[in-house]
Amino acid sequence: MIENVDIGMVNWARAQFALTALYHWIFVPLTLGITWMIAFYHTIYVRTGSQEWKNLTQFWMKLLAINFVIGVATGIILEFEFGTNWSNYSWMVGDIFGAPLAIEGIFAFFLEATFFAVMFFGWDRVSKGFHLFSTWMVAIGSNMSAIWILIANAWMQNPVGHEFNPDTSRFEMQSFAEVVFNPVAISKFTHTTSASMVFAALFIIAVSSFYLLKKRHIKMAKRSIMVASFFGLIASVMVGFTGDESAFEVAQKQPMKLAAFEGLYKGEIGADLVLIGLLNPNKKPGDDQDPFIFEISAPGMLSLLANRSFDSFVPGIDDLVFGNPEQGIMGAAEKIAYGKIALEQLEIYKKAKKAGEEEVAAAALVKFDANKEFFGYGFLDKPEDIVPPVSTVFNSFHIMVMLGGMFPVFFLVYLVFSIRGTLEGKWWLLLPGTVMVFLGLAAHWAGWTVAEVGRQPWAIQGLFPVDVARTNLDVATVKTTFFMFATVFTILIVSATSIMLKQISIGPKEK
Amino acid sequence: MGIENLEHSSLQHLWWFICSLVGALFLFMNFVQGGQTLIWQVAKTEEEAGLVVNSLGRKWELGFTTLVLFGGALFAAFPLFYSTSFGGAYWVWILILFTFVLQAVSYEYRKQPNNILGAKTFELFLFINGSVGILLVGAAVGTFYTGSNFQLSMYNFVTWEHPLHGLEAAFSLFNLSLGLFLVLNARTLGAMYLVNNIDFTTVPELEGRLRRSCWISFLCSLPFLGYVLISLLLMQGFGVNEQGIVEMVSYKYLLNLLANPWLILMLVAGLLLVIMGNLRTAKTTTNRSGIWFAGLGTVLVGLVVLLLPAFNNTAFYPSKFDLQSSLTIYNASSSLITLQVMTYVALGIPFVLAYIIYAWWQMNKKKIGVDDIVY
Repeated sequence: MIENVDIGMVNWARAQFALTALYHWIFVPLTLGITWMIAFYHTIYVRTGSQEWKNLTQFWMKLLAINFVIGVATGIILEFEFGTNWSNYSWMVGDIFGAPLAIEGIFAFFLEATFFAVMFFGWDRVSKGFHLFSTWMVAIGSNMSAIWILIANAWMQNPVGHEFNPDTSRFEMQSFAEVVFNPVAISKFTHTTSASMVFAALFIIAVSSFYLLKKRHIKMAKRSIMVASFFGLIASVMVGFTGDESAFEVAQKQPMKLAAFEGLYKGEIGADLVLIGLLNPNKKPGDDQDPFIFEISAPGMLSLLANRSFDSFVPGIDDLVFGNPEQGIMGAAEKIAYGKIALEQLEIYKKAKKAGEEEVAAAALVKFDANKEFFGYGFLDKPEDIVPPVSTVFNSFHIMVMLGGMFPVFFLVYLVFSIRGTLEGKWWLLLPGTVMVFLGLAAHWAGWTVAEVGRQPWAIQGLFPVDVARTNLDVATVKTTFFMFATVFTILIVSATSIMLKQISIGPKEK
Repeated sequence: MGIENLEHSSLQHLWWFICSLVGALFLFMNFVQGGQTLIWQVAKTEEEAGLVVNSLGRKWELGFTTLVLFGGALFAAFPLFYSTSFGGAYWVWILILFTFVLQAVSYEYRKQPNNILGAKTFELFLFINGSVGILLVGAAVGTFYTGSNFQLSMYNFVTWEHPLHGLEAAFSLFNLSLGLFLVLNARTLGAMYLVNNIDFTTVPELEGRLRRSCWISFLCSLPFLGYVLISLLLMQGFGVNEQGIVEMVSYKYLLNLLANPWLILMLVAGLLLVIMGNLRTAKTTTNRSGIWFAGLGTVLVGLVVLLLPAFNNTAFYPSKFDLQSSLTIYNASSSLITLQVMTYVALGIPFVLAYIIYAWWQMNKKKIGVDDIVY
C-alpha cells in the first residue's frame, strides 16, 4: 500500500504540526477561558451601569483581541495542514474526521466571527442588550469550536462508529452519534475547557498582580482578581476530576499510552502510581533493567485510577508488546502478522476487482474481513514499534499533574486574601502571581504532548500509523514550509507580545 | 421527501452546490481583499487610511471564516478533493494560506503601539493578501477547467507529477486571467463597499477617488473576463462517459451550459448585476447601493464558475497527467451516511445566515466616521 516511506519527511511534517499546534495553543486556551470572564464583567457593567466595570471590560477585551487574531492565524494553518502534509490521512479518514471540522466552521466559527466584531466595535453602535448578547455569543462560539475539534481529536484517540470499506480504501462513518458521544470526547472537552479557564484566570491574575505591585489601577485589579480567583479555583478543581476521568478513558482505550504515562513496563495487579521518578534512559522493552533510577510511588493507586479497583491488573509496555496470555493480551507481533495478511488480501481484492476476477476478489475479501481488525498493524515492522517515546510522555504527564495540583492552592490563597481585601502589599504572593501564567502554559503544552506523543505511532489509534498518513512530498519541501511558518509565527508572536505588554503598561481607562 | 430518502447521487449534487455557494460567497467577501489593495491608492492621509482600514476591519473575519468553511465543507463532503488538491497542489495552497495568516493579524496590529513591524508593513501584508492571495485563488479555481498534474494510486493516495507542486497553475493563461479578473473584481467590490460604508463628511475627496478606482478596475477586468468566458465556451473539457471513463470532449463547458439553461440565466443575470453595480457606483455621485448589485452578481457568476465543471458528467478536478485519476463529484465524495449527516447539519445554515445579516445590519446602520477609527 505504501512503499519507501520517507521518515525525514514524516518527522518534518510532525514538527510542523507540533509547532503550529503549540503556537496555536498559547492563544486558544486564553480565548476559551477569558471570553467567559469578559462576558461576566460585561454583564456586571450592563446591570450596574458602572463606568469602572465598563473600563475593566474594555481593557480585557482589548487584550483578548490582540490574542484572538494570532489564534485565528495559526488555526487556519492547522486545519489545512491535514490536507497539505497529511493527505493520505485526509483521504483515509476524511469521511469521518471532516464532518466535525465542517460543523465547527458552520456553527462555531461564524458565531465567533460575526459577534466578535459586534462585541469589539459595538460600543454605542448597537443596543446595550444586543452588545452584551454578542459578548456571550463569542464565549459560546469559542467553546463550541472546542467541542467539535475535540470530538475530531477524540476520534483519533478512540475511533468509534466507523467501518473500513475495501472498495473505496477508506474508513467510513457508520454512526455519527457514536462519534459525537465518544466518551473520550466528553472527558477531553471538560478537561480542556476547564484547564483553559484556569489559564485565563492565571493570565488575569498575572496582569492584575502586576498593577497591585506597581500600585496602579488598584480597584480594577482587585475586582479582576476576585472574579478570576473564584472562577480559577472552581475550574482547577474541575481539572482534577476531569483529568482523572481522562486517565480512566486512556486506560480503557489506549493502555499503551497509560503505561507510558507511568513508565510501567511489567504489568501488575495492584499497580503503583509513580508520584515522582527519574526514568532509566537505557531501559528497553523486554529487558530486565529497572525502568527507574529512583521513584516514589503510591501503592495500588494506578490500578484504582485505571480500573477503579485496587486489585485490578494494569498492563505494562512489555505485556502489550510481547503479549501476556495469562491476562488474555495478544502481542504486537501476532497483530502485525494478521495486519500484513489484511493488507495483502486488500491488494489482491483491489487488483482482482479491477481485472473483473470476481471469485478471486470474493475469496480475498473473506480473508481480509477475518484480519481487518489488525489492518493498521500491518504497516508496522516490529512489535516495539507500538511503543511511544516513553520518557517524553512520562515527564510531560508528571509535569502536567504536578502543576495541575498546585493551581487550586494558588487560587485559594488569592481568593482568601481577595475576600479579606488584604492583597495589596503581599509581594510574596503577587510576585509569583505575575509569572504563574507561564506555568499554566507549560501545563497545557505538557497535556497536549501527553495526548499526542502518547498516541504514537498511530495517527488513528490502532488503525492508521503516522508514517502512512503523510503526503507524498520530498523532505526539502516540508522543511521549507516548516521554517517559513516558524519564522512568520515567531515574528507575529513577538509582535503580539510586544503589543500586549505595551497595552498592559498603558492599562485600562481610569475615567 | 426526507433526507434519508435522498439517493447518494442527489446528495453529491446537493453538496457540490453547497460547497460552490460557500465558494461564491467567499468571492463576494473578497471585497475585503479588494479594499485592502486600494489603501495606498485611494487614501492620501492617515485619516483616510484609518477610515478604509476600519471599515474593512469590521468584516475581514467573515471572509476569513468563509474560506475556512469552504475548506471544511470540502473536507467533509469531498475528502478526495481535499486530500488530492491540498496535498498535491501544495505550494499554491500554502502560499494562499500564508497570505491569509498575514491578513489575520494586520488589522488589529497595524496601528498598535510597539507592533515592531510598523504600520506600513502591516498595510503591505494586507496588499499581498488582496493581490497575490486572490490571484492564486483564481489560479487554483482555474485548474477545475484546465486540469492538474497528478496521479492517484489504487488506494487513492496522490502523487503530484509536476516539480512546482501546484504553482504551475499560475503559468496557464486561462488560470492567470481568471486570477487577475478575481483581483480586479475584488477591487471594484472593495471600492463599492467602502463607498457604501464610510461617512465621507470630513473626507469628500476619498469618495471621488473610490468611485474612480472602481470604474478603472472594472474596465481593466473586462479583457480578462472576456478571455475567460470565450475560452470557457470554446475549450475542450473533461467529460465522463457512461462507462465512467474520463475523456476529452470538445466544447464540453458550452455543452454543460446548454444542458443546464438555469446556469445560462444565472451567468447572464450575474454579469448584468456586476455591470449595474459598477455603473451605480462609478457613474453617479450619490448612489451607494452598487455593492449589493455587484455582490449578488459576483455570487451568481461564482456559482456558475464552480458548478459548470462538476455537473453533467464532468470531472471537476481533472488530471492532465492521468485522465482516469480525475475527480468527479461521485468518486471524490463522502459516503452516503456522512452526506446525510452533513445535510441535516446544513439545515442550520439559514439560521447562521440570518444572524450574520442581522448583525451586519445592526453594525452598518451608522456609517463609519472618523470617530469610529479604532485601529
